[in-house]
Amino acid sequence: MRNDSLKKEISEGLRDGLPIGMGYFAVAFSLGITAKLAGLTPLQGFVSSFLNHASAGEYALYTMIASKAAYAETAVLIAVTNIRYLLMGAAFSQKLRPEEPLLSRLAIGFGITDEIFGIGIARKGFVNTAYLLSAFMLASLMWSAGTACGIAMGSVLPACAVSALSVAIYGMFLAIIIPPSKKDRVVGALVAISFILSFAAAKLPMFANVSGGTKTIVLTVIISAAAAAMFPKSDEEGGEA
Amino acid sequence: MSSNIMIYILVSALVSFGVRVLPLTLIRKKIENRFLRSFLYYVPYVTLAVMTFPAIIEAAQEPIAGIVALAVGIVLSWLGAGLFPVAVCCCISVFAVQYILTLF
Repeated sequence: MRNDSLKKEISEGLRDGLPIGMGYFAVAFSLGITAKLAGLTPLQGFVSSFLNHASAGEYALYTMIASKAAYAETAVLIAVTNIRYLLMGAAFSQKLRPEEPLLSRLAIGFGITDEIFGIGIARKGFVNTAYLLSAFMLASLMWSAGTACGIAMGSVLPACAVSALSVAIYGMFLAIIIPPSKKDRVVGALVAISFILSFAAAKLPMFANVSGGTKTIVLTVIISAAAAAMFPKSDEEGGEA
Repeated sequence: MSSNIMIYILVSALVSFGVRVLPLTLIRKKIENRFLRSFLYYVPYVTLAVMTFPAIIEAAQEPIAGIVALAVGIVLSWLGAGLFPVAVCCCISVFAVQYILTLF
């Protein structure tokens, strides 16, 4: 019985990890082209992508390497670019069983990406370690392979294929946020407001110098805090996403 | 030069790891504060929404292909399709729109 449910979690993890991995491969491929400019070999790109697995963070890393920045400066920039994972981690901590052991917390933490976080939040109740790690391993290997291929092959893949593959990730995000928007009007309104404000932040010239990662954090904190103040969840509703 | 690059990669990997595991190891209990619980409940949806739009339009080669993918994704998710079918249909719709555009 226990074996069966473990198998089920792993196969569901691989099933949900595959579309993430497809999108990753495409994005990582184009990231590989940046990495090549910074002087990385395909193997270094693979290792770097496996350890860092963050598109904005890695992009920042490769531009720092290319400009021969100081290590400390690189560390600060990576922390700032990835600071949204602090917020996601705090939200995600509520999806883990309180008795979840330290080792699996470290493994799950290592595996947090925007997308793995997204599918984890979409699970009912507490999320299973085997599910998360199998999704992460598959997606992350495709991410690392994509980076290595991008470095090795440059621009062999036609642009129209890269373009089509790169929307896979956003399709998945929609599949995560739209069903709860249907059920909960507040969530639906928040999604609409988030779209509008994110669009404004991307287009208004006064925010042109603010990085994408920073905009994401600032908008997330403002919109979620306003919603929490105006529409607090009662205890029963609050726990299950 | 090559060993330099590995140091950069390791520095970045350590910082990324720290940022990721800190909250998961520090927050081990259910948070009781109602505002904080509500805040953390809304965070994922808002973050994902902010990251999706307008990025989905910019990810596609042609903005119109991205807009079609967005519409297809919203409609299919509303109808209850899973992560994989929605993702695949978004890719196909971008491919299709790009192909149709080449006909003109």
